[in-house]
Amino acid sequence: MYAYIVRRAIYAVFILIGVNLITFALFFKVNTPDDIARLQLGVKYVTPEAIAKWKADRGYDKPLLYNEKAQGWHQFTDTIYFEKSVEMFRFNFGQSDDGRDIAYEISLRMWPSLALAVPVFLVGLALQITFALMMAFFRATYLDFWGVVLCVVMMSISGLFYIIGGQYLISKLWNLVPISGYAAGFDALKFLALPVAVGVIGGIGSGARWYRTIFLEEVGKDYVRTARAKGLSEVVVFFRHVLRNAMIPILTGAVVAIPLLFMGSLVAESFFGIPGLGSYTIEAIQAQDFAVVRSMVFIGSVLYILGLLLTDISYTLVDPRVRFD
Amino acid sequence: MPILPVILWTDALIYLLLAVVAGFVWYVRRHAHLRAPWWRVAQTPAAMSALVVLALFISVGLLDSVHFRLALPAAQAAQAGKAVSRDVAYAVEVKSLLDVLLASIANRPERTYSAPLATHAYARETLDLPGADGKPGKQLRTYPRLAYGGAHLRDPERDWKADVLLTGFRGVALALPLWLLLSLALVAACNSPERLASRDFWHAVWRGRTAVPWRAILITLALLLLLAVPMILLSLDYHVLGTDKVGLDVLYLSLKSVRTALVIGTLTTLVMLPFSVLLGIMAGYLRGVVDDLIQYFYTTLNSIPGVLLIAAAVLVLQVYIETHPDLFPTSAQRADFRLLWLCIILGITSWTGLCRLLRGEALKLRELEYVQAAQAFGVSEWRIMMRHILPNLMHIVLISVVMDFSGLVLAEAVLSYVGVGVDPSMISFGTMINAARLEMGREPMVWWSLASAFAFMLALVLAANLFADAVRDAFDPRVRVGNGGRRLAEVES
Repeated sequence: MYAYIVRRAIYAVFILIGVNLITFALFFKVNTPDDIARLQLGVKYVTPEAIAKWKADRGYDKPLLYNEKAQGWHQFTDTIYFEKSVEMFRFNFGQSDDGRDIAYEISLRMWPSLALAVPVFLVGLALQITFALMMAFFRATYLDFWGVVLCVVMMSISGLFYIIGGQYLISKLWNLVPISGYAAGFDALKFLALPVAVGVIGGIGSGARWYRTIFLEEVGKDYVRTARAKGLSEVVVFFRHVLRNAMIPILTGAVVAIPLLFMGSLVAESFFGIPGLGSYTIEAIQAQDFAVVRSMVFIGSVLYILGLLLTDISYTLVDPRVRFD
Repeated sequence: MPILPVILWTDALIYLLLAVVAGFVWYVRRHAHLRAPWWRVAQTPAAMSALVVLALFISVGLLDSVHFRLALPAAQAAQAGKAVSRDVAYAVEVKSLLDVLLASIANRPERTYSAPLATHAYARETLDLPGADGKPGKQLRTYPRLAYGGAHLRDPERDWKADVLLTGFRGVALALPLWLLLSLALVAACNSPERLASRDFWHAVWRGRTAVPWRAILITLALLLLLAVPMILLSLDYHVLGTDKVGLDVLYLSLKSVRTALVIGTLTTLVMLPFSVLLGIMAGYLRGVVDDLIQYFYTTLNSIPGVLLIAAAVLVLQVYIETHPDLFPTSAQRADFRLLWLCIILGITSWTGLCRLLRGEALKLRELEYVQAAQAFGVSEWRIMMRHILPNLMHIVLISVVMDFSGLVLAEAVLSYVGVGVDPSMISFGTMINAARLEMGREPMVWWSLASAFAFMLALVLAANLFADAVRDAFDPRVRVGNGGRRLAEVES
């Protein structure tokens, strides 16, 4: 298994290089730093000197891939590609276009993001599984039917409306929690209660329906028939046999999302004014801060690949039948 | 009036899509094994009700996809400085057939917000009262009358309720005969005359026992008409769903948003479909180096977070548009190009799921006897892929197209909120929600824009979901498609 993981890790490095090349092409080839500078400084009334200064301030005044003027190794290292893209592999993200250190910002904003995303993930997963279990246990009854109808209706509502509705009802009408904002320490609880609730409710529809199909698929298998034929009661069959086996695809499927929790949620964080990585990204997009967007793309890819790796490992841990060689 | 047809990029693709669908229907009708699952869809009450609703949305969207520029009247053209003897000058504004149909409600702008069916503005304004014999009059803080909403009422306080009720009642009264007519036409078009004449058939319809769920279809149609006809009648005199910040009718905005949603939901998959199908089949069938390369390619694309890739690409496009203004003469063309770009980039982020699924399926199919037989006969690999593998994967493609639709419509709203969605000048549910959100804090709340966007989106997405479920169940209840949408759904939560 270790050989397998090592192989996957090497593969992951190659994928990261690919991601790196794609983002480099997007941000430096399709749009040259000149274009970006012009956009930042205002399109019409901009002098070549202003562009040159803007580029020099941010280190964009070097050649893209190969520096003829430099000596030795510096011919390759003293370039935009090396300084802006290769450095990311060392998690050295440099400065944002407004001059702040990106790595420092990330280390600050990571915690509010996690404080929101982790409870949403855990509570949401638990509730989704519970509802799916209920619908699957009472399958082919009115409870199941209306449960599915409710799920379909809930997943047909845009996440934005859950947020807007929650803010209006809970915060404005009933005045239970603040509409938006954030505070450190235990004060965060009252700011986080509503976003977590909204996030959980917004995800129940699609999640519960999806897990229900997994449970139903499992119920139709032969070992379930065997268990019934032994004379086990339906409750025992369901909770001892079906539930355990269905948890394999459910949990391994959920693992991939765990590393991405760091990235936070774009929409919820900016609606509720939580200073996490999600709102950081949105602010960067809206301010057209390419340095930050580039870093977030890289981090997101790293986390996603980590998620894939964890998924593979979790398969081997949970399901002894799975062997990699 | 002479017109200059304008075919936007997305229009052309919509026409192409229509042609593809028409060809597909023709093909399905000729093949029994394809007719069978569609027949199962046609027997599902929820799916057919959803289809009625979808048909309404699609017809609105299609009407909104025929674009042209109206010729300016000669006098205006002279003013514009373009009237050189015989040349016809055309308005810069690109209009659609829907705009012309809705001209009566689109061209009645108020000054700012007004509530649904209101006769007075939402906010107080200071009015100058004309004083007696030329003296400056008093100023009055009051809710001014709207320019168009309920303008025909002489005394709104007294007449408003009666007028609204009466018009609504007239609408209901008109809807019923219209419903009878439409239902008869619909049922007659799909059934033989002998069946129509038989009493048993209508009895079965009444009891809901026909093979095609006519009862559900007709009830849906009735509900739609009962809602639509009174609204149309009321919209002649009022702003049925109120007006937005710049005084535009919200009903008009909602109807215009339908096209944007449909374009995003359908063209996104259409644009990337050839790539994902071709690459998926090639990876699964050819194996070896090709497989490795394609897998590497889609894993790499997939590992870039979807929203961020979209954001990066849209930022790139913005820079491109800013630096090449000469390529986009009208704002409609600019907005349309951005919409198309958004479709492409959304497609790039979401095609990988389908590709992986097709690869897995092709891996299974290539071991089957009929493929091995074809190989033994010396059929070329390309031909095997196209003639033997592809037709047996089409159900997966179809399921994933219909399942992705609703997720994409929802994603549009979120992306527009993030600021990387459609052009701000383009009317869409996302821009509507975004504009309305800023007014949440006002007292009393401006709720009607949000409520309209909510209702229209819910109707569209719910219908799409119900229909997609039926299609999936009919074609292959075991295929786990639909999880592809979850990547986009992660954007949501």
